[in-house]
Amino acid sequence: MREELNVPRAEFRSYYGRPVLKQPVWEWHIAAYLFAGGLSAGSAMLGAGADLTQRPALRKVSRLGALVSILASFYYLVSDLGRPERFHHMLRVAKPSSPMSMGTWLLSAYGPGAGLAGIAELMPSWLRRTRLGRLMWWLARPAGLLAAGTAPGVASYTAVLLSHTAVPAWNEAHPQLPFMFVGSAAASGGGLGMLLAPVDEAGPARRMAVLGQAVEVVASRLMERRLGIVAEAYTTGKAHRLRQWSERLTVAGAVGAVLGGRSRAVSAASGIALLAGSALLRFGVFEAGIESTRDPKYVVIPQRERLAANVVESV
Amino acid sequence: MRDNSFYGPLDDPAANAGYDEGHPQRVGFFTDTSVCIGCKACEVACKEWNMVPDDGFNLLGMSFDNTGELSANTWRHVAFIEQPADARGTETDGRGPVDLGMPGLERPGDGYGPETRTDFRWLMSSDVCKHCTHAGCLDVCPTGALFRTEFGTVVVQQDICNGCGYCVSGCPYGVIDRREDDGRAWKCTLCYDRLHDGLEPACAKACPTQSIQFGPLDELRERAALRVDELHARGVAEARLYGHDPNDGVGGDGAFFLLLDEPEVYGLPPDPVVPTRDAGAMWRYAGMAASALVAMAVSAFAGRH
Repeated sequence: MREELNVPRAEFRSYYGRPVLKQPVWEWHIAAYLFAGGLSAGSAMLGAGADLTQRPALRKVSRLGALVSILASFYYLVSDLGRPERFHHMLRVAKPSSPMSMGTWLLSAYGPGAGLAGIAELMPSWLRRTRLGRLMWWLARPAGLLAAGTAPGVASYTAVLLSHTAVPAWNEAHPQLPFMFVGSAAASGGGLGMLLAPVDEAGPARRMAVLGQAVEVVASRLMERRLGIVAEAYTTGKAHRLRQWSERLTVAGAVGAVLGGRSRAVSAASGIALLAGSALLRFGVFEAGIESTRDPKYVVIPQRERLAANVVESV
Repeated sequence: MRDNSFYGPLDDPAANAGYDEGHPQRVGFFTDTSVCIGCKACEVACKEWNMVPDDGFNLLGMSFDNTGELSANTWRHVAFIEQPADARGTETDGRGPVDLGMPGLERPGDGYGPETRTDFRWLMSSDVCKHCTHAGCLDVCPTGALFRTEFGTVVVQQDICNGCGYCVSGCPYGVIDRREDDGRAWKCTLCYDRLHDGLEPACAKACPTQSIQFGPLDELRERAALRVDELHARGVAEARLYGHDPNDGVGGDGAFFLLLDEPEVYGLPPDPVVPTRDAGAMWRYAGMAASALVAMAVSAFAGRH
């Protein structure tokens, strides 16, 4: 995946080789949240579609998947805070200049819908016969549709969350990152449906997975080409290994979906591959960002090139 | 030209943040590193006044710099660079001392002109939070803990910060950080408490050479322009201002510098840009991706199966 540079590497100066930027203080919990949030969003959309097209098994596994992964998301987000007990301070403001603030409100709109739809599926039959149970079942469809309506926002805002920083690997990838994340969300949601739903209802999950995988891989390759020297953060070291395995697993899962979708065993294995591939993509992007803040070259060289280009333009 | 809250020149950040017309003038620092003697009184005064904890007692091997960088526990950081003549930034931009090649009989420091220049020099600079006009940390803070004061500075409210760490990644200068045992983000407050009582910040008060100058930002910018001209006239061609320009990527800094070499030699980014500049484009791409996801979901269910 290494691109050959046509221009010789620029010399750059630094302060004893020390980083210019601070490393992100986020830990693996945030990478895990990126995966869980995307999975929840993809599952919520599959669940709503299954609800509207009379696919009860797919509906059930997707709604449950959306519920479990959104609960996991909240756990990961709150536990990563420096002061977790103050998590509710996020609700003090709604700031358009802060993707994290916008995300807080997006998740607040998405969460109850996914939660109610998932809980409705969990109700035991004795509860379903009561008045409360019937009410909850009646609310499940609009709740699921609300979740599906906000799910695209949940799946894509995390790319803005990462890009809206000074971290070179995230900031400069801002045109492609939303497509990578959205493709990954679709692939993982489809993968979960393939893993847990019977094959005769899992058709939409297979299609979603294949479409998601295609978008994710194309966006990923485009990003590498457009990044210049910052691409090295993605194409070397740990980030590179994570992304390589992510791509192998995601492509394998999509191939399994196309060729072996009628077999329960192949479906399940492909589903697991897609889920693992989606998780590894998020961890790979996360690691690339951290790496791009460690070495001052990712800050100094592109900024020097930009300054030189501005001088040329103004002459 | 209409003031933009996100990017570009902005005359009055405090007014833009909602303060009414009676708010005080914008204040800041002009740090003239050409007269810094590297005494670190600024580091000590800042720590004493603000009761900042220690950041480890280390020997870093970076000349006299054993602090290393700005962080949650270091709000003034003195950088030391020992530069042989051939390492100066003359090759890239053609600026540098003019060597007349005449050996002098005077003691070092007696004369002013380029002929007294030796083949070695010290660069010393006291780094600090820039209190940017468009502050990346402030823009991304999701709790409202970071806010713009009436003086135009940027301060963290410690009773609100929940340690999400977004500001740490939002700062294009790598200034603010999260304190490990505490969990919250900390940085220079420009001695907000002292400003309320009409005092100057502790570091400016302690600086023995007036390297750190505090005052209304307009006045500091004028003074800096005069100082740079004076240095150029004396043959110090590599003197330059950094962070003074309202047209730069962060709208100009509240704390700007006079440097004697390129910014990256001091550990500063050459061309910092506030992440919010591209916010519109980022959300547009996200919107397109979200639409693509909807299209994927719809086409997954379309058709017979």
